[in-house]
Amino acid sequence: MRDKILYILGLLSAAWLTVNLYQMLLVLPDELRQGHIYRIIYFHVPAWFTCFSAFFVGAIASILFLVKKDYKYDTCAVAAIEVGVAFTCIGMVTGSIWARNQWGIWWTWDPRLTWAAITTLVYFGYLTLRQSIDDPAARARNSAVLAIFSFTSVAITYKAIDWWRTQHPGAVLDFRTGGGQIDADYQSVLYQNWGALMLLAAVLVVIRMRQESAIRAIEGLRRHAHAR
Amino acid sequence: MDSRNFTYMFYGFAAAWVILSLYVLTLVGREKKINKQLEGLRRMLDDKGGK
Repeated sequence: MRDKILYILGLLSAAWLTVNLYQMLLVLPDELRQGHIYRIIYFHVPAWFTCFSAFFVGAIASILFLVKKDYKYDTCAVAAIEVGVAFTCIGMVTGSIWARNQWGIWWTWDPRLTWAAITTLVYFGYLTLRQSIDDPAARARNSAVLAIFSFTSVAITYKAIDWWRTQHPGAVLDFRTGGGQIDADYQSVLYQNWGALMLLAAVLVVIRMRQESAIRAIEGLRRHAHAR
Repeated sequence: MDSRNFTYMFYGFAAAWVILSLYVLTLVGREKKINKQLEGLRRMLDDKGGK
């Protein structure tokens, strides 16, 4: 039954993404100055919002783990953060491709980009840390602390475009500017794609959580086998 | 520039899908590895229990 729900949600997110692709490519007009390339925003921004949401879930689950010492929260944290890292990579790569076309460079040490790179590295560090600790209790505890502190990097990355007005474009979405910076149709498709990516991310997190539970079961069975 | 930056838009979209696909493939590969390990361990425990 649970598998069925998961498949249905996965198919739903795929269908939603397909409808969004149709809207982006065939319904919405080109942007006046950028032409086709502006459409990267429909993956770049939602991918960052999705990974920020995943890292937020990871931080909350980590706090809950430290408070309740229940491994299901550790499982949730690692699943959310790993999926978040995948979406971070999408945000970084799509942003870089847009920059190459619009700025003539793949990368610059602009504050927003620098903090985005720091966030990416910090969360890759989280995943690496987990690999390097064998004891399940120490691994869960140490990575929970790292996940909580790492979230400060997410908050700084998010606010960087407000605090330092440099090369990266400023905020355009209504909830940050109060309106008037982006066409309503463009914004609507952007939010819809964020919804579709969030649904996809949720499905991936649940799949990853199951795997983490199975890995924990394997570790338990190994200990049991060695104890005999 | 090509026809209004279509090539770079294509690269961007392709990159997003490739990264997502690679991650899904990683999950599939890990699933197979986990099932294999679980099966091996269960067999080992059964063997030990039978002795």
